Amino acid sequence: MEIRMKKQETDQKSTPGKIALTVVFAVISVIWMMPIIIVLYNSLKTNGAVNTQLFALPNAETYVGFDNYINGMTFGNYPFYFSAGYSVFITLASTFLILLCTSMAAWYVSRVNDLFSKVVYYLCVFSMVVPFQMVMFTLANTARELHLDTPWSIPVVYLGFGAGLAVFMFVGFVKSIPIDIEEAASIDGCGPLRTFFSVVLPMMKPTLISVGVLEIMWVWNDYLLPYLVLDVTKYKTIPIHIQYLQGSYGRVDLGATMALIILSLLPIVIFYLTCQKHIIKGVAAGAVKG
Amino acid sequence: MKRKGRAAAGAVTSPLIRKPIQRWFAVFLLPTFLCFCIGFLWPFIQGIFLSFHKFTTVSNTSFVGINNYLKAFKDEGFMHAFGFTALVAVTSLILINVLAFAVAFALTKQIRGSNLFRGVFFVPNLIGGIVLGYIWKTLINSVLPVSMSIQAEYGFWGLIVVLCWQQVGYMMIIYIAGLQAVPEDMLEAARIDGASGWKTLWHIILPNVMPSITICTFLSLTNGFKLYDQNLVLTNGAPMRRGIGMTEMLALNIANNFTTANQRGVAQAKAVLFFILVTALALIQLRLTRSKEVQQ
Repeated sequence: MEIRMKKQETDQKSTPGKIALTVVFAVISVIWMMPIIIVLYNSLKTNGAVNTQLFALPNAETYVGFDNYINGMTFGNYPFYFSAGYSVFITLASTFLILLCTSMAAWYVSRVNDLFSKVVYYLCVFSMVVPFQMVMFTLANTARELHLDTPWSIPVVYLGFGAGLAVFMFVGFVKSIPIDIEEAASIDGCGPLRTFFSVVLPMMKPTLISVGVLEIMWVWNDYLLPYLVLDVTKYKTIPIHIQYLQGSYGRVDLGATMALIILSLLPIVIFYLTCQKHIIKGVAAGAVKG
Repeated sequence: MKRKGRAAAGAVTSPLIRKPIQRWFAVFLLPTFLCFCIGFLWPFIQGIFLSFHKFTTVSNTSFVGINNYLKAFKDEGFMHAFGFTALVAVTSLILINVLAFAVAFALTKQIRGSNLFRGVFFVPNLIGGIVLGYIWKTLINSVLPVSMSIQAEYGFWGLIVVLCWQQVGYMMIIYIAGLQAVPEDMLEAARIDGASGWKTLWHIILPNVMPSITICTFLSLTNGFKLYDQNLVLTNGAPMRRGIGMTEMLALNIANNFTTANQRGVAQAKAVLFFILVTALALIQLRLTRSKEVQQ
């Protein structure tokens, strides 16, 4: 009896119970994705149809093809492709800057390990728990005074506010690398720059990916920081754009809005499908951030 | 304290490596440190300083002692926001963790397609608060008889639905990792002793995934307390009753307060209180996780 039970449990083959569970989860999965599916088919309907029958599938009368996508690009008083462009630039530039600078800083901090390094490290750890509201007014003010209020300079602000988590994660990794490898490189005549870029950095790859994923997700979706720092009449990012759409009451083209939501989800979905494993690992690694 | 000592004594550095790197301070550490000062350290210190001042701009300040803090505690809107935030955070904490654990438990049963299901559950976590809030606002308001910004109860449950949809997949990942680490021989022993499914869950599985439960409860609790984007999009604090936003949470209350020029000192004091609250939660979590680690 016991043996048979054990066999059933460890057997990978389907039992009726497991098949039922699969069916249940297939149904739940579809329901779970429903909000996105509804937005997707509504992005192909006329504005009026989105307003009156949100849940109805598009039919011959209400189907407008990709018109909403074309209209959405330019409707409102700020073209969407500007916002999208700024979002892409700010996300990539900030992530690149954070990865480069904080990995170097983390190597310095853990290898030099003097009083100043320790102070910097503990300040970084401390900064991870501080909520953004604590610094929102003063940070926006400082950024404006230093003329960091354009998409080209805002990566500096992101590096500053995001350094904590990145330094923390990189230091944790550097401490696990045996120092002998770097000593060998140094004996062979490598200077610190060369040791870092040709020996340490390649070893950091897993952490680079984890931190990179976290920063991309953060900067791409961030709303309040760019809203406060940037001059929003000139520069908008996608979240700011979407938030402004619903502020303009009355004249909102809901069909076009649905299309814009799909457009803003598209990069994330592609990113997710191409590197799902890294994303889940990276995001889970960020769980240390309280 | 102990950790500091260990870091200093450990073999993480050697003179051979340290001396040359130190000469390159300006390249390795300085850029990050300067940006850190601009993006965090200076605004933080200035924030503490300003919370004791009346100000409209950072150059026009007058010292008022703890007046701002007293005003913050007397502010009914702030106190209501605190209660409402706690309610949202605790309700979402319970629902998110129960659902995430149930899903993780079922998906570790080696059923067909479990990888696909995990991927599906995780997707909402990738969507930012503003877009996510907008999607749900459109959906929820078209189902309800009145909009969420008219009936506060709808606004509350709207927030809970959004939070669950966003975070269940994330917590599920942490729970799956915890469940997979439950020792196989313990489960087998329970099976041989004829323990029922519930007993195995209660006496073997739950104690073993305790570290994951601690992490997830505190993550969902602090996420709830820090919530801003979704709150802004779904209701923006509406409906108002006697000047108090019925669905306004702490972060939104503070951010809105900053937009009134003569309220900025009070807003900054509220922000400091908010910071202390969130830090306290994080410290409790750290202690709990540490003590669990010692046990194992």
